[in-house]
Amino acid sequence: MTRSFLARNPSVLWFLAILALFTLVVTVLAEGFGIGLIPTAFVKTLGKTLCLCLVALAMDLIWGYTGILSLGHMAFFALGGYMVGMWLMYARTEEIVVQALASGPIPATAEEVAQGVAGQIFGVVGGSDLPLIWGFAHSAWLQLPLVLIVPGGIALIFGWLAFRARVNGVYLSILTQAMTLALALYLFQNDSGLRGNNGLSGLQNLPGLADWPQSTVSILFFLASALLLALGYLLAGFVTSGKFGSALRGIRDDEQRLRFLGYPVEGYKLFVFTLTAMIAAIAGAFYYPQAGIINPAELAPIASIYLAVWVAIGGRGRLYGAVIGAAFVSLLSSWFTGGMAPSIPLGFYTLHWVDWWTVLLGLSFVLVTLFAPKGIGGLFDRLPRKGAGQ
Amino acid sequence: MSALLEVSGVSVTFDGFRAINNLSFAIGAAELRAVIGPNGAGKTTFMDIVTGKTRPDEGRVSFGEVPRSLLTMSEAQIARAGIGRKFQRPTVFEDQTVTENLMLALKAHRSPWRVLFWRETAADRDKVQALAAQVGLADHLPRRAGELSHGQKQWLEIAMLLAQEPRLLLVDEPAAGMSFIEREQTTALLVELAKTRAVVVVEHDMEFIRRLNCKVTVLHEGSVLAEGSLDHVTKNPQVIEVYLGR
Repeated sequence: MTRSFLARNPSVLWFLAILALFTLVVTVLAEGFGIGLIPTAFVKTLGKTLCLCLVALAMDLIWGYTGILSLGHMAFFALGGYMVGMWLMYARTEEIVVQALASGPIPATAEEVAQGVAGQIFGVVGGSDLPLIWGFAHSAWLQLPLVLIVPGGIALIFGWLAFRARVNGVYLSILTQAMTLALALYLFQNDSGLRGNNGLSGLQNLPGLADWPQSTVSILFFLASALLLALGYLLAGFVTSGKFGSALRGIRDDEQRLRFLGYPVEGYKLFVFTLTAMIAAIAGAFYYPQAGIINPAELAPIASIYLAVWVAIGGRGRLYGAVIGAAFVSLLSSWFTGGMAPSIPLGFYTLHWVDWWTVLLGLSFVLVTLFAPKGIGGLFDRLPRKGAGQ
Repeated sequence: MSALLEVSGVSVTFDGFRAINNLSFAIGAAELRAVIGPNGAGKTTFMDIVTGKTRPDEGRVSFGEVPRSLLTMSEAQIARAGIGRKFQRPTVFEDQTVTENLMLALKAHRSPWRVLFWRETAADRDKVQALAAQVGLADHLPRRAGELSHGQKQWLEIAMLLAQEPRLLLVDEPAAGMSFIEREQTTALLVELAKTRAVVVVEHDMEFIRRLNCKVTVLHEGSVLAEGSLDHVTKNPQVIEVYLGR
């Protein structure tokens, strides 16, 4: 037995320590359990940011390490959200329906309840029956595994077709954009079975815990997101160290060489593509209950491009770079677009950040690409380190 | 005599251009062979066919004591069956250390799952040490491959091929860009390697081939023009006309 992957990746332990400290501080300051300095809405923003960091980690694995610029990973993120949302929405609606029927003269039958739930959920798109794909939604045990199975399955089939045909580079990126666009357009239809452009809502209410205040729920989700990010970081650290990580970087830098060394390159790509799709799905499954709502716009091609921008700005090919990029850019983005940033009056024109933020983001993306190709994470290379020459 | 690699009647056409035309070629289990020919003679295409990169339109390619067709195998499967290929430009993973490059190449299970749970053993480290020593890179193990000189990269690539324990080595222009001393060392290494395995060297440099002192196959317009010792083929009037005369 040689040095464990943790010893080879000192950044993993550093990251976990910083994340633990951050989590502790936020919990102590939050409204839910702590002294109330951080409002619940901001706890939710932080919890969502942690989920975005997790999906950025997945993006870094597939792009930064393996060199596959997937511009469709936010589709898996959103699908994870839809899968968990179906259960949350069904369970919550069921509670309401049961309550409403309880006042009637005779107890409601299971069939009446199911009818009521279907009417409540699908009335908005003119339906009254539960579509077939909601068959598992009544049970957490049946529905929650779909968070992994559905996005993982789509990634597996898509990846198998694309990689087997040796689709590479920009062509693969375009294909993944087409995939996420196709899924979004499908979900926008009212008869897709997922309420069209209304999406799923009320996801912040946990079934059975209706009397828990959102301040408590938010901090629980925040803690769960932090734990997931820690686990995801450990997994990513394990995958990228050792010979497997070496092989991934080999695919990125010269896949032909690796192929002639006897490595089934397509198998590796499929493995990483599917694994990262499932990581993205889990991140989405924890993000959307904190957001409260999901709709097909979340699968828009631009979402996946943003993901790539975060990772590029943070520094691809290093795990903490992806996390820094996602946290930094998404927090900054919600600050600028949330109306918190002061508008700048220029006399002849008033600069509103809501409109100009994307320009600023695009500009910084260009600047990072030109002048700091290693991103923000590259700054850490300038720190003096022990045992130089390693 | 049973051949390790046998290529017979192979043809391949790219957009109407016949790159390989009814080519037949065989090499024994421990043999050094030089393949020469003018530009466009089909040398690289020949290697592409043997390593599975290009599928021929017709013909047979078989490999091993119990001959097995290579035509249905993927590049990776062919490599695992024991055919190593060195490219013209040195192709090593420049971003990784010499040790990482060699570890990646060591003969071992290649499936993603097995590689994910692979752990380096003392025997692996010894093998990497020995390979590095064999090509004169023992002192450079912790260095990034990108920092090595051109000649050192060539050797690292050769060491990576050896790490796979191949039975047939295809070497494309090993002497390109090497200094005089590096060429001498490369010649000695190739001659030594060919004692225990088959080695095919594609080379332009006549002086280098003379030093290899082995049987030579001359390719021209996708088929074999002449075969024999270097002196024998250089006296062949056809060879003089198409290759040496110009």
